[in-house]
Amino acid sequence: MTDMIKLSAATLSGLLTDGSVSSVEVTQAHLDRIAAIDTGVHAFLHVSGEAALAAAARVDARRAAGEALGPLAGVPIAIKDVLATIDMPSTAGSKILEGWIPPYDATVVKRVRDAGLIPLGKTNMDEFAMGSSTEFSAYGPTHNPWDFDRIPGGSGGGSAAAVSSFEAPLALGSDTGGSIRQPAAVTGSVGVKPTYGGVSRYGSIALASSLDQVGPVTRTVLDAALLHDVIGGHDPLDSTSLTDAWPSMAAAARSGLADGALKGVRVGVVKELSGNGFQAGVAQRFTETLALLAAAGAEIVEVSAPNFEYAIAAYYLILPAEASSNLARFDSVRFGIRVNPEGGPLTSERVMAATRDAGFGPEVKRRIILGTYALSAGYYDAYYGSAQKVRTLIQRDFDAAFSKVDVLVSPSAPTTAFKFGEKMADPMAMYLNDVTTIPANLAGVPGMSLPMGLAPEDGLPVGLQIMAPAKMDARLYSFGAAVEALLEASWGHTLLSQAPELAPTEMYTNAVFTSTEGAV
Amino acid sequence: MKKAELMDYDKALELFEPVLGFEVHVELNTKTKMFCGCANEFGQGANTNTCPTCLGLPGGLPQVNAQAIESSIRLGLALGCEIAEYSRFARKNYFYPDTAKNFQTSQYDEPIAFNGQLTIELESGRLVTVDIERAHMEDDAGKLTHVGGATGRIQGADYSLVDYNRGGVPLVEIVTQMIEGGEADSPEIGRTYVAAIREIVKALGVSNARMEEGNVRCDANVSLRPRGSNVLGTRTETKNVNSLRSVERAVRYEIQRQAALLHAGGTITQETRHWHEDTGITSAGRPKSDADDYRYFPEPDLVPVAPSREWVEELRATLPEPPAARRKRLQADWGFANLEFQDVVNSDLLDAVEATIAAGAAAQAARKWWTGEVARLANVSGVSADSLVQPVQVAALIELVVAGTLTERLARQVLEGVINGEGTPLEVVESRGLAVVSDDGALIAAIDEALAAQPDVLAKIRDGKVQAAGAVIGAVMKAMRGQADAARVRELVLQRAGSTE
Repeated sequence: MTDMIKLSAATLSGLLTDGSVSSVEVTQAHLDRIAAIDTGVHAFLHVSGEAALAAAARVDARRAAGEALGPLAGVPIAIKDVLATIDMPSTAGSKILEGWIPPYDATVVKRVRDAGLIPLGKTNMDEFAMGSSTEFSAYGPTHNPWDFDRIPGGSGGGSAAAVSSFEAPLALGSDTGGSIRQPAAVTGSVGVKPTYGGVSRYGSIALASSLDQVGPVTRTVLDAALLHDVIGGHDPLDSTSLTDAWPSMAAAARSGLADGALKGVRVGVVKELSGNGFQAGVAQRFTETLALLAAAGAEIVEVSAPNFEYAIAAYYLILPAEASSNLARFDSVRFGIRVNPEGGPLTSERVMAATRDAGFGPEVKRRIILGTYALSAGYYDAYYGSAQKVRTLIQRDFDAAFSKVDVLVSPSAPTTAFKFGEKMADPMAMYLNDVTTIPANLAGVPGMSLPMGLAPEDGLPVGLQIMAPAKMDARLYSFGAAVEALLEASWGHTLLSQAPELAPTEMYTNAVFTSTEGAV
Repeated sequence: MKKAELMDYDKALELFEPVLGFEVHVELNTKTKMFCGCANEFGQGANTNTCPTCLGLPGGLPQVNAQAIESSIRLGLALGCEIAEYSRFARKNYFYPDTAKNFQTSQYDEPIAFNGQLTIELESGRLVTVDIERAHMEDDAGKLTHVGGATGRIQGADYSLVDYNRGGVPLVEIVTQMIEGGEADSPEIGRTYVAAIREIVKALGVSNARMEEGNVRCDANVSLRPRGSNVLGTRTETKNVNSLRSVERAVRYEIQRQAALLHAGGTITQETRHWHEDTGITSAGRPKSDADDYRYFPEPDLVPVAPSREWVEELRATLPEPPAARRKRLQADWGFANLEFQDVVNSDLLDAVEATIAAGAAAQAARKWWTGEVARLANVSGVSADSLVQPVQVAALIELVVAGTLTERLARQVLEGVINGEGTPLEVVESRGLAVVSDDGALIAAIDEALAAQPDVLAKIRDGKVQAAGAVIGAVMKAMRGQADAARVRELVLQRAGSTE
């Protein structure tokens, strides 16, 4: 069945359950796809073929023995390299962790394995999730399946490219300021950042602890919901994990397919996240989507979130501050590479410094320096303290908006996928790409990106961002599934069906892009 | 290590006023570590009690130990502190190989306990109230062993080994306000204060409180200011002074050293200092400025600790009698003279003596045995007296002496038997056949034999020279292999000498 790789996880689930296909067949089909095209896409940093087939065979055996398995048992999944995996290297895209195999699984990885999903390998990312393009991966960038000259988004470009190029039906991502949603937008896939605390962070290599959240990366809203149900819920190993009982996200997604699901839904358009600064085609698709929603009975309401304009500034103080501390542990003493300094005595301090100098890339160093500075005595109140106040104001903006509407919408990113190198020389331009996604992380509210068309000027995917109040992740799925169905009905096909076929012979032959040291 | 110039202590106090401050770290005796499920145990194989969290592996996250919070609150309450309604952990950022995460998870501006007071009593009877600024929770660092080099310190070492078993062990750091007015008593204040903290944590049961194992560690801050000045002098911080006597010696040493330096026109460097137990001196560590920047910020991986007022009051109700009050009560109950009582306290035998008395022994006898023979034997084998024998055994031994079954001398032999694990005192008496010979018939036979063998002595006794009986008593005791009550023997010797008249 050559089209097996094009099927959604929900469809595969049905075929696996009724015995039409085996997990070994499904897994092999995806491994074949990876072998055929990943030289060009470079979504994976590590592929674990044998272990995947062995895991698939075990699931098949359990199913054959009549064991009742979860809905996603036997379905392959790609795992972002930021997550600790006991049987695969976990580098977070950094040279400093080259070859490091953790002695434990992240909670989400454990849950995925326990649910019978089949890990295929680890996906590429910007080093320590710092970036919006995967250009800051120490192992070379991932290419956008829609156009190999363009970025797949970041930091989770690998996971988004893996699902949008049909190398995996599902992937795990992590989202600190948009690292799930922005790649989903620019690759035409679906990505969800759950409510902060909704999914365990234990075993997720920390970027910014108060912002990081692990979530699903898929091709459909229902698939994201199914995966969310597997990974979500309280974990005693993560103190910030919420103890709430969560409703089934899959049930919520299915409820969104009912007739009239959009009728009377109050949809808030954030004034500050539309209009100026957005690519024309992005703005156009957004406006068209709003019109479709209104026609389907939704009530479109403009809301203002006046403090969102300070979000990027606050984010780029809080994130580097926390990251500078989280990344202090990379010192060569207990794990990772060790680099001895040239000449002079081998003191622990000098070995640490030499290791960090050689092991960290330019963006990581930039943010460590920023964060160290922001936390320094005499600057703390002005920088970190003020940023935390902004955070509170942004939470209040969300509260005020959600008192008027059920969901908020905006374009997921200001532009479609940009070309490699376009923003490497200008960190600020790269940072501004996250303007739409960052507020949700600062407030801890859930956000989703799903495809809303192709920009007329470049034919590249445009994403719609949906945000819901904290803990109302189910609303993202019911509303998201309804919007997805509405859009696909209007197009008469899925967006990804329009993506270029990546023939096995089509190898990426351009010079391998390397991130430039000192691109400040 | 070169000994610094020291000024005569009295002269130093004449010229300067010492100002003190103490930071005492208490290791809590929780089953698991502060932020993970690893065992909190002393003396395991290196790096065996570790996990991704306490090794600082990528992706590791902390979980707060609820027992540690409870112990910290109880300790805070016992120190008279207020307990914060809202308390947060903070990261103290610095690079050092014994700190797995390269930050210590501590508390900064929102400690769990603050504004306490502890009144201590010096040997002179002087009462000194020490103000407690705060008691905060944090995790311990791992243990570094520097290999190669002469000093065992990092300077000159070939390499260093790190054992993270201690990394993540829960600590409470108790910080005093400045202690002024200590004057000549300053060294004793240091010792007595740390002793009081140790007593409190022991009474609460929150720590094993063994200073030799590092369960209680003291950093002593000392500065001097010239008489008549109200400007504080520059302080030094002598780290990890790990016995009560050392606290006293280190404070005294720093007063004398700083006074000599200041008097000679020198300046004190604000620095940490190492205490050398063997030579009794301190040496320079690393410079420490008030501007040391640890870039503290609230720990984002942990939620705030907000103990309910009800819980705090429940915990307050579990507090034991304050050790100082308990001492006063016990001394009065037992009727000990000050020196007698001090002897018990200083030997760390208050609990043992109390338990022995509770088991039925008379107070003075309990004191005498514990501070006498038991302490002597403990000293010989280099262990603590209360680890040598159970109070209930000592009480049983005393009972045998009181009943006349044993003489003091025999009782000492029985004690050795008990310590050797030969059983209860009664069992040792039986197995070793050590009971006093109280059969007068056997004694009289031996006495008659001895009198017959020494007719000259018999004559002297009959002449009224009663002291001559000693020779006969000695012979009888020898014949009885010591297992006779010498007083009874004497009584019988005089009786037999008379009756054969």
